[in-house]
Amino acid sequence: MSATSSAAVAVELAVSARQVRRTFGEREVLRGIDLQFGRGEFVALLGRSGSGKSTFLRALAGLDGGVEGEIRVPKRRSVVFQDPRLLPWASVLDNVVLGLSGRGVSGRSANDKGRAMLAEVGLDGHEQDWPKTLSGGEAQRAALARALVRSPQLLLLDEPFGALDALTRVRMHALVQQLHARYRPAVLLVTHDVDEAVLLADRVLVLTDGVISLDVTVDVSSPRLRSDPAFIALRSQLLAELGVDESAEGHHPSTTTTENTPITTTGALQ
Amino acid sequence: MTAIQTHPGGARLARTTIGRIAPLDVATEANDTVDLVTLPTGSDRTHGRWHLPRGVVRLSGVVVLIAFWEVAARAGWISKRQLAAPSTVLTAGWDMIRAGTLQTALRASLSRVLWGLAVGVPIGAGLALIAGLSRIGDSLVDANVQMLRFVPIIALQPLLVYWLGVGETVKIVLIVIGVAFPIYVNTSAAIRSVHPGFHELADVVGLSRIQTIRKVVLPGALPGFLVGLRLSLAIAWLLLVFAEQINAKSGIGFLMIRAQTFFQTDVLVVGIVVYLVLGVLSDVLARGLERGLLRWQAGR
Ligand SMILES: Nc1ncnc2c1ncn2[C@@H]1O[C@H](COP(=O)(O)OP(=O)(O)OP(=O)(O)O)[C@@H](O)[C@H]1O
Ligand SMILES: [Mg+2]
Repeated sequence: MSATSSAAVAVELAVSARQVRRTFGEREVLRGIDLQFGRGEFVALLGRSGSGKSTFLRALAGLDGGVEGEIRVPKRRSVVFQDPRLLPWASVLDNVVLGLSGRGVSGRSANDKGRAMLAEVGLDGHEQDWPKTLSGGEAQRAALARALVRSPQLLLLDEPFGALDALTRVRMHALVQQLHARYRPAVLLVTHDVDEAVLLADRVLVLTDGVISLDVTVDVSSPRLRSDPAFIALRSQLLAELGVDESAEGHHPSTTTTENTPITTTGALQ
Repeated sequence: MTAIQTHPGGARLARTTIGRIAPLDVATEANDTVDLVTLPTGSDRTHGRWHLPRGVVRLSGVVVLIAFWEVAARAGWISKRQLAAPSTVLTAGWDMIRAGTLQTALRASLSRVLWGLAVGVPIGAGLALIAGLSRIGDSLVDANVQMLRFVPIIALQPLLVYWLGVGETVKIVLIVIGVAFPIYVNTSAAIRSVHPGFHELADVVGLSRIQTIRKVVLPGALPGFLVGLRLSLAIAWLLLVFAEQINAKSGIGFLMIRAQTFFQTDVLVVGIVVYLVLGVLSDVLARGLERGLLRWQAGR
């Protein structure tokens, strides 16, 4: 590839990672990951627990000094960590607008934005609460509000819906989809949940043994329904890639569940 | 309480995750009956016994001790030369207040402690910030302070007197040094132990260095600082007593030394009680400060 064409491509790309490696001591967690995706693209990253999903996400966030390879990401990016990571000494609102004021934004308009975003995640009335008084799911939604309020060009989400009940989860899915449609950030969503990945993403990746072992485009017509044969086929493909034996799960996901099926509840481990 | 009988064997079946019903092969001796225990809940208080406030109960212990002391003194179990009775102490204290000697002494002592704190706390906290926030600061400050803090402060007195004479300065400097160490040790440890994830967060949301210090490091280190403050208050009173009893022309310690030469045990006890009250008051103050500043820690 010539220098000019790679520069032209870089304009369109939101994430360009080449040969990303990370070792902890002897252990090679990431063994040469190549990944590129464009502006506005919604990518889901699946993988078993401990496969290195968070490690890769932290590398893209620019938080890992020990990572090797080439990584290019937009400057304006925000992260929802696997834990809510709210400063316990600041009110919920102050947490959401942390670092938002200054640089041309007044504290007042930052607070207004923060309030509006808290309302969108269903936390209106909690603005002045201490984070310690929030439930696990509420804290996670506050963290989501903190990431969304700064309208990032790259949104990195590390299992942001883990502690939510099925109903709130559906609402948060809708919210993320809505905000994605409105601001078109590139999104990398790390999740354990195959259904969630297929529902939300344009593209699903599976991380196995430190490399991306599967990279599929989601080709399910919207609105995406779990009963859609294309949905079912893709789910089966992804579960197989993750090493989950569907027949051992004890129930048939396509018929009964309205909520999501976390891959960790597999009977294959018992 | 009645134990509830379960249907025999009813508790022995468990559904495994893969959907088959399988007998649970754990030991069955204890599983025939289920003994329920009642957990204490908030509603116990309403129909429970009537309780005195905790503070009153605790105070009554002190009253009993003082009453016993009074009785022992009156009955002659304790000689007057050894230890004055509480009533005598009270009278002596009242006389000293009327004569104004207690107030004058109190003012002198308080001003030494306040000066010591006013100078020592910022020094300790400032050094902790330098050591906690920069690598160079850490290597310059921390190793030295961590070594010096094992010097018993009292051992510095002769050298300090040699440098500073026997006036007010030496007493205040002694307190300054004594106060700065616990503040430093606790604050710098607290700065270091601020969750690394919060630094990542500061990074991700684009806080500047100053903003990170103001919004993340300082509030995160505040609990540790306040622990240091409480410790340093106790040390300040201790060093005050020491400094005032070596050589002083004013203060509670001065009153006590003079009383000692005249065998006035009642005045000696007045001095001790004043120190005690000052110590307790400053601890109450520090706790109040903690409650006020660390409201975010409440809850869960
Ligand atoms: N700082 C670290 N030091 C040593 N090992 C680490 C470190 N961070 C991660 N690892 C190891 O790297 C591997 C991948 O961790 P990572 O957190 O990326 O997994 P994950 O895919 O996000 O898992 P989960 O789904 O459970 O969150 C794990 O085995 C973990 O022990
Ligand atoms: Mg993870």
